[in-house]
Amino acid sequence: MSVAPTPALPRRGQEQPLLAVRDLHVDFKVRGEGLLAPRRTLKAVNGVSFDLYPGETLGIVGESGCGKSTLARAILNLIPATAGKVVWMGRDMSGATPADWQQVRRNVQMVFQDPLASLNPRMNVARIIGEPLRTHRPDMADAEVLARVKAMLVKVGLAEAHLYRYPHEFSGGQCQRIGIARALILEPKLIVCDEPVSALDVSIQAQIINLLKDLQKEMQLALVFIAHDLAVVRHVSQRILVMYLGRTMELADKHDLYADPKHPYTRALLSAVPLADPRRERGKVIQMLSGDLPSPIDPPSGCVFRTRCPHAFDRCAAEIPPLKAINEHTQAACWLY
Amino acid sequence: MLFFSRRKTLLDQLAQAAPHGRSLWADARTRFMRNKAAVVSLVLLLLVSAACIVGPAVLPHSFDSADWDSMSLPPTLKNMHWWGTDESGRDLLVRCLVGGRISLMVGLLATLASVAIGIAWGATAGFIGGKVDAFMMRIVDMMYAIPYLLIAILLVTILGREFYLVVLAITAFSWMDMARVVRGQTLSLRSMEFVEAARSIGVPTRRIIFSHIVPNLLGVVVIYTTVTVPSVILTESVLSFLGLGIQEPMTSWGVLIEDGTSVMEVSPWMLLFPGALLSMTLYCFNFIGDGLRDALDPKER
Amino acid sequence: MAVDNNKLIEVDDLSVKFATPDGEITAVNGLSFGLERGQTFGIVGESGSGKSQSMLALMGLLAINGRASGRALFNGEDLLSLPAQRLNRIRGNRVAMIFQDPMTSLNPYLTVERQMTEVLELHKGLTRRSALSLAISTLEQVRIPDAARRIRMYPHEFSGGMRQRIMIAMALLCQPDLLIADEPTTALDVTVQAQTMALLRDLQRDFGTAIILITHDLGVVAGLCDQVMVLYGGRIMEQGSAESIFYRPTHPYTLGLLGAVPKLDHEGDRLLAIPGVPPNMAHLPAGCPFSERCTFVMERCATQRPALRPADSPTEADDEVAVLRACHREVIEITREAERVLP
Repeated sequence: MSVAPTPALPRRGQEQPLLAVRDLHVDFKVRGEGLLAPRRTLKAVNGVSFDLYPGETLGIVGESGCGKSTLARAILNLIPATAGKVVWMGRDMSGATPADWQQVRRNVQMVFQDPLASLNPRMNVARIIGEPLRTHRPDMADAEVLARVKAMLVKVGLAEAHLYRYPHEFSGGQCQRIGIARALILEPKLIVCDEPVSALDVSIQAQIINLLKDLQKEMQLALVFIAHDLAVVRHVSQRILVMYLGRTMELADKHDLYADPKHPYTRALLSAVPLADPRRERGKVIQMLSGDLPSPIDPPSGCVFRTRCPHAFDRCAAEIPPLKAINEHTQAACWLY
Repeated sequence: MLFFSRRKTLLDQLAQAAPHGRSLWADARTRFMRNKAAVVSLVLLLLVSAACIVGPAVLPHSFDSADWDSMSLPPTLKNMHWWGTDESGRDLLVRCLVGGRISLMVGLLATLASVAIGIAWGATAGFIGGKVDAFMMRIVDMMYAIPYLLIAILLVTILGREFYLVVLAITAFSWMDMARVVRGQTLSLRSMEFVEAARSIGVPTRRIIFSHIVPNLLGVVVIYTTVTVPSVILTESVLSFLGLGIQEPMTSWGVLIEDGTSVMEVSPWMLLFPGALLSMTLYCFNFIGDGLRDALDPKER
Repeated sequence: MAVDNNKLIEVDDLSVKFATPDGEITAVNGLSFGLERGQTFGIVGESGSGKSQSMLALMGLLAINGRASGRALFNGEDLLSLPAQRLNRIRGNRVAMIFQDPMTSLNPYLTVERQMTEVLELHKGLTRRSALSLAISTLEQVRIPDAARRIRMYPHEFSGGMRQRIMIAMALLCQPDLLIADEPTTALDVTVQAQTMALLRDLQRDFGTAIILITHDLGVVAGLCDQVMVLYGGRIMEQGSAESIFYRPTHPYTLGLLGAVPKLDHEGDRLLAIPGVPPNMAHLPAGCPFSERCTFVMERCATQRPALRPADSPTEADDEVAVLRACHREVIEITREAERVLP
């Protein structure tokens, strides 16, 4: 089925998007305060839409509580979506059975934030990396599985000597390489990376970022790269989606987002990132946000950002601004436009 | 933030290229061996078990043969009654060893049964979660509330004092700790990233339980088993002491202690030897349990 | 090292060793630096650099198997050899420390009020009422809105950023001469981090507190610190003013770190990654700890440890403090590479 393109961003060539997400909602039921209070709804993801094309990287940034991790899991159905559509390679996954999702999983894999915790401490590296193969290709001979595991191990920068070691014997960066190898062994089309470098040292972070980029180029992977660090996201992505309290604030091409951010939240975020440059860092003007993050159980009416926005006016409280195209590279959800 | 793991591997380990890694079990074994109290306890326990199994066959006396020449003897070299005799002339050493067989066997059987029930109960409750979990745990709570001694008395009075009934009665009240612990561990495992990773790969639930959850449960299971055994042995001893446990002509440490208590002023050795044996065995299990807990401590990972 | 009486704190050859079943591990090896009143000193390093342990040693908060050696003169007293009672009078009072995770640093069972008034009652001998009013005014200074009401709340009722501000407020209650901040903004969102950094800057200006800032984030260092020390494997790699460290790095590790940091504004294709893995503190090379990963490594680097010496090549005249570096390579080799690869 063909999906209506997100407003105004041009279709890349004539390609079908690999992944099209339309108005995705993920709600959680939360116990109310007090013994008999009714259960309330936490809107973790509150209407997010985007397209992802083969071979491209979409960076999703936001601070804690913005819903980016939940969004990542909803795309894979690790957390069921409450409403909205996930269209995978032209196929609407609404009402899909677990068997359907199993098929999707052969092509979409995930890399997690905590490198050591994402590996079963009682399994050795060979078993960890081989598990996707044994799950989806039970017909494959052991020797073949081993051969592929070895090849993948080398590809991510480890050595065959590591094959029978256990996760706790490795450093954080190496564990993340193992996680990446596991994600790549099925040769998927898309990898969802949930803060893959946040837990790593700076020098190791750079190694893993370079590795991901090289692998992407080599294997024609699409990536959804979730991070809270705007500088990291810039190095990896072609397009960037900025989230706040479950909604999209801005969705733009990389150049335009960093050179001329449209949404006030994006501007504040960018100005707040500390630069490794004393003169510029001390001389810069930061757009400080007033107040605190509102509760996702009780989000503000209208634009969820209005309680902290320096430019808020009447309309912001009354109506929710839709995500609309500002120019051919940028969409923003803001009444200033 | 505490000091980092000393197990971080590097390029120099790569250079040495040992083909097989050190699994967590191997690591744990090394740490366990460093714990002197635990190792000594393990050795002692093995000696006691060996003595109980082999001893009665090797020793000159049998556990129920009354030696009318040597009644109520204190420990002596005469007639090789090294630990003395009771008022019927039965050799105490042999009786202690035979009693040990029974006590240890009851301990083992009841423990195995409790562990099996506990794991099944706890893992199911923990993995399914929600209302089923709540319901199953309320049953556990109820079991805790029931005074076991009363029920044991009832069971024994109604059904008799067969060996298997004693094991049953003890099992019925010893599985709850294991269930609680396994449930807690399952709950925490369920939300671990590597289980989430397995789900994201598409591993079927059955495989997740067997490959990911169960192997990571074994740590706590082993630890709590070594805690359950002394508790079970003690329970048996208490039941026997009250006359509700093992029947004549079989004997156990509990029975021997009960016998010993009644003649304690006249023949203190009758109480001393079985009592010391029981205490020592319980201590050994406790030290081993401590050693295992330290060895398998997840913080060390 | 001669004692300089202008300095608030003077650390001389600080080392920290831990006794482990695998042998003795030296986490910190020969740290020396001085800090004047009102200045900010940044200690930069990754895992295994020993940055946290060095400051825990100063505060007497090492784990039980840790032992510190060397001297740390604070107002003439050596913190490392003080009796516990005397150290207690200084800790929380003249020297305060804040940690990375405010949730675990604050007692979840006590109200904020109780935790703050306790400090004042203990160190300043204030009555409950005057302690309370001082605590409220300190909370207002760290910009906690509605402080008088909120002070009665529990830590879990605050957001992460606010909890960190409460920690800062608690640290500043007795107006300490020195504040040691161990990764104070690492666990915070970037916008909250910016607020916290601005707060620290303002408080330093208002109170004249000297700050020792431990972090791995070069951006935070650039924003706050006057002097910077770069650690690796427990040893100093380079030490100097923020200007010289950032604009004229003279050590391969500093250069590597600066290259590895993703830039917000520069369109680089590949990041300059430092190869290898973090150091294994149980098995450091005899020579320079960074030799295993250094792209400028020479034969003698692994066996012969380079001494920490002033950089002997001329630096810009406005540097009052000479840059110290521990490297066998010539300065010019590193600065040349820096010009080539850094924007």
